[in-house]
Amino acid sequence: MSDSTRFEIRIAGFGGQGVVTIGKVLGQAFTIHEGLNSVNTRSYGPESRGGACRSEVVVSRSEIYYPGVRNADILVALSQTALDAYISDLKDGGILLIDPNAVKKVPKGVCFYEVPAMEIAHELGSVKYQNAVALGALAAILNSRIKKESLAQAIAENVPPKTIEKNIAAFEKGWAHVGAALSLVI
Amino acid sequence: MSGAPLEKKQDGTGPAALISSGRHYLEGSEACVEGALIAGLKVYGGYPITPASEIMEHAARRLPMVGGRFIQMEDEISAACTLVGASWAGGKAMTATSGPGFSLMQETISFSIMTETPLVIVDVQRPGPGQGYITTSQEDVMQARWGHHGEGPIIALAPSSVQDMFDFTIEAFNLSETWRTPVLIMAEETVAHMREGLFVPDLDQIKVVLRKKPQDLGIAPQDYQPYGHDLVPPLADFGDGYNINHVSLAHHPDGNVANYNLDMHRKNIDRLHDKIEGNADVIARTESRFLEDCEHLLICYGTVARTGLEAIMEARETHGIKIGFLRLVTLWPFPQSLLRKRIKKVGTIFVPEMNLGMMMHPITEALRDRCDQVVSIPSIGALHSPEALLEKIREVVKC
Repeated sequence: MSDSTRFEIRIAGFGGQGVVTIGKVLGQAFTIHEGLNSVNTRSYGPESRGGACRSEVVVSRSEIYYPGVRNADILVALSQTALDAYISDLKDGGILLIDPNAVKKVPKGVCFYEVPAMEIAHELGSVKYQNAVALGALAAILNSRIKKESLAQAIAENVPPKTIEKNIAAFEKGWAHVGAALSLVI
Repeated sequence: MSGAPLEKKQDGTGPAALISSGRHYLEGSEACVEGALIAGLKVYGGYPITPASEIMEHAARRLPMVGGRFIQMEDEISAACTLVGASWAGGKAMTATSGPGFSLMQETISFSIMTETPLVIVDVQRPGPGQGYITTSQEDVMQARWGHHGEGPIIALAPSSVQDMFDFTIEAFNLSETWRTPVLIMAEETVAHMREGLFVPDLDQIKVVLRKKPQDLGIAPQDYQPYGHDLVPPLADFGDGYNINHVSLAHHPDGNVANYNLDMHRKNIDRLHDKIEGNADVIARTESRFLEDCEHLLICYGTVARTGLEAIMEARETHGIKIGFLRLVTLWPFPQSLLRKRIKKVGTIFVPEMNLGMMMHPITEALRDRCDQVVSIPSIGALHSPEALLEKIREVVKC
């Protein structure tokens, strides 16, 4: 590939899990708060809840031509269906993030992290916060690529003002959960 | 730098009139509407359809903030017709739809060509025929030119990025006002739903064209001819005090019906044709790379241009294939003479499209003596992968 700085993230799950918002927040954080180029694309079935749903973010220092994922550096799978559909496109040495309550079977040899996004969100009062938990976990995984503050800021810009506090709390919990596994300073 | 919601001013106090200059992160649909507002959009007549509804929704949210009017109609026919009325009253008007709705708008497009009514229609293409599917497509590019009845030339642009959705919408309004004609933006689901960085220049750096009016030319109301005076006749608004007789039947320059006068009709059709096709070199744009040394060429448009560029960079760098790139920014008027000026002689011309090979026909017509063969690379309902393009290129050039 001619663009060595190209970095690809795919988020997949069911409609209603906040998959599209995760992609939007990531893209906005990379482009507005980190000054990089990023393209966010999305696709979903006609159902607004429960259908297969996918969001992709391509990041680069250079101009991005092809807007979709070719070989994902990171796959976030929030359902077993999503994992089964997209695991083959994960790059060798790529990182997988799953919700262990939704994804039970991970192929051998894949490096993966777990975050019980739904469970943590539920504890915070609403499953709506599960995407913020996942974003926190992603922030820990993307530690060397993006500042945690950039993502937190992008969350604040994309959620209803009244829910910012809860979303940021969810984000922090996700970060702490995966950050502990990565031995990040907490 | 601003990632703040558009509805807020930078200090967070209230609705912003127009999008602030600087860098934003927007969806193609939002960028389209923001561009339209800067171009002076005053009326949006809408009817929802996937994947174009986001344009309508954003227009509904934003137009009241700038003193414009949004109206949702009972179907696409009336949505398109509201634009005609708005435009005759002096307002810049637009709508957005997708394949099935675009079919319903064809009569109004033809009517607007004949009555020389400036308006902008965005077709966020999805696969057909019928209601088809709801993913991405370039299947309406021929309909854009030939879907409406009669000898009506059209201007159609093909955006490939969020920046294009903004820039091309402004350009579409400018072309529409300059040439007094409907202009189509042939977007795709991909680019309408894509989010990426958008740079908005300072407002005083953005060119906004207003239609030529008889008042500007010193034409008195009693001397005004709504279809006369010039190749592009000046257009008075209803309410300006000018007698305006708009008619889509064959007409005289003054707008009176030209019954049993085929010469008059022929004269009018020739002028409409000259206005657009005769100015194809002025109106149409292409973008190109590596034309100097290319042995083969890839011609594409819309989002496929991005996949095309990715594939040819790899073909050149990894496989040593000397292949050039040409993007049709304007689909119609087809830039035939521009293509013939730029392209001297190549082996194979590859034409990837998200249809079964549509624009490959005018491309073949324009360049059949400038190449050995034209190879279509079709895709239905999804962007080609760069791998698919590369595989076809390597197969044909045997590398």
